[in-house]
Amino acid sequence: MILLIALFLVNIALGSIHIPIKSIFKIILGDDQVKSAWTYIIIDYRIPKALTAVLTGSGLAISGLMMQTLFKNPLAGPFVLGISSGASLGVAFFILGGSALGLTSILAPGSWGTILAASLGSFAVLSVVLLVASRVRDAMALLIIGLMFGSLTSAVVSILAYFSPAEELQRYMFWSFGSLGDISWNALGVLFICYSIGILLAFSICKSLNSLLLGEAYAQSIGVSLQRSRFVILISTSILAGSLTAFVGPIAFVGLAVPHLIRQWFTASNHWTLMPACILGGALLMLICDTLAQMPGLAFTLPINAITSIIGAPIVIWLLIRKKKLLF
Amino acid sequence: MERSKRPAQIALECKNLTVGYKSGGSEKVILKDINFSVSKGLFVAMVGINGSGKSTLLRTLAGLQKPLSGDIYLENQIINSINPNEKSKLLSLVLTNQTISKNLTVLELVTLGRQPHTNWIGSLSSKDKSHILEAIEATELEKFKNTPCFELSDGQLQRVLIARALAQDTPTIFLDEPTTHLDLHHKASIFLLLKKIAKEQQKTILCTTHDIELVLSLCDKMVVLHKNTTHSNTPDELIKSRIFEDLFPNNKIGFNNKTRQFFIR
Repeated sequence: MILLIALFLVNIALGSIHIPIKSIFKIILGDDQVKSAWTYIIIDYRIPKALTAVLTGSGLAISGLMMQTLFKNPLAGPFVLGISSGASLGVAFFILGGSALGLTSILAPGSWGTILAASLGSFAVLSVVLLVASRVRDAMALLIIGLMFGSLTSAVVSILAYFSPAEELQRYMFWSFGSLGDISWNALGVLFICYSIGILLAFSICKSLNSLLLGEAYAQSIGVSLQRSRFVILISTSILAGSLTAFVGPIAFVGLAVPHLIRQWFTASNHWTLMPACILGGALLMLICDTLAQMPGLAFTLPINAITSIIGAPIVIWLLIRKKKLLF
Repeated sequence: MERSKRPAQIALECKNLTVGYKSGGSEKVILKDINFSVSKGLFVAMVGINGSGKSTLLRTLAGLQKPLSGDIYLENQIINSINPNEKSKLLSLVLTNQTISKNLTVLELVTLGRQPHTNWIGSLSSKDKSHILEAIEATELEKFKNTPCFELSDGQLQRVLIARALAQDTPTIFLDEPTTHLDLHHKASIFLLLKKIAKEQQKTILCTTHDIELVLSLCDKMVVLHKNTTHSNTPDELIKSRIFEDLFPNNKIGFNNKTRQFFIR
């Protein structure tokens, strides 16, 4: 927790424009003796960005954890299973399709419209994946299906892109790089509402998630309603992954890697332990990634999606080599 | 109170049961005319050759799959009319081939057996804890309490799964081939454990198995799956009825009534 606050402060302190630590504290404490440009950067750019990082990391980690338990598959995660691609497809339809249909999409990324589009997109893909998953028991098959959905959505997006004006296309491209910045306090409020709903649903289903660790037949035999649990997990994941993707773009590996790191660290399987730990761990990892993306000395901020992949992929490989086998 | 007056209480009863699968419009009947009942506190073995429908029957009896026709009564209630939460307090299962998270420790896995008795958070009362400890003691797993399941041998894992069912504290336990992949010593110790549980805790135990010779001397009653139906009686009566002599197809395997053993012709 202390580490989280410390990282949060480090994250705010670092950036392409140097602002002394003293001034940052003064700004946070509401002192108006500081340069107004600095106040603006801290209050309206860096703090919302750091908060977004916290929400994104923890939300994706939670949805990854639920996916791994539901699919009984250690490699499941919002990105791998094509849920992020589903969200992308929703957003692509919204940004690109909207203009193709002649609708002037006055709604910028991060509005209710994009959230709804992304959540619906991820819900649709997740439902189909779940349907297919109940027919194939093989872990590999499930991952291949996720990959196929990834290619399918990118194909549809290319088709949409082909018919879209350059401006819209650029807007979509920037969104797909992922960015934690450019989020106003209002948008952050909207994101926080979606995030809270998703997290509350996740906590409400903890007991069922624990029983699903035994497999579906056992879960049923100890009184769990499979349909209801699946539905709640589905809704919670779509809201979390969908709304987060709508705001910050598709972000890889956080959802996959964090639950594994947490399981290693705590050697626990109980979701009442794993959930809070994943929230903390996800937030930490995302803050670290974001801090790296905006290292001082760089005149620009690197795309966050690239950073999470650069950090996340080696973590997963390292876990595999160390443990020989990933368990969910 | 009316129930307790009966001389032998019935734990499980099948009436004119037909089991199998429905695919599309057609039905595939695997077993029909199934009529038997099991009194409380008995250790019952269900035997039959591969593909005879043991697992299908067990899944149907457990309410995991619907019967094609007929009725199953668990504690005098039709099984598919009992709500899931009530049922989880009457019947616990030990299954094979389930994808269980091997990251769970023995204690965590056994604790999951208490879920039907806990609130939505799953917090454990002192009663829950004592049931868990009893289950772990009965299966002699004290040493492994904090061992993750991926470090256990097949026999140990099977005992953990039985402990989980014991912790669920139901009057009836169904087990699906609990002794597969085990050596003779571990097979025997699992069956002895089941017999002990049935006798000491007055639990009804129904267990499918291929180890016919072993259970002949251990179980109170057998359900033999043969020629698409079931025959149910005590081991001695079943041996007299000579059902084991042509249990296996093509006359390759015979049964010696004196030694109570199978032999290859």
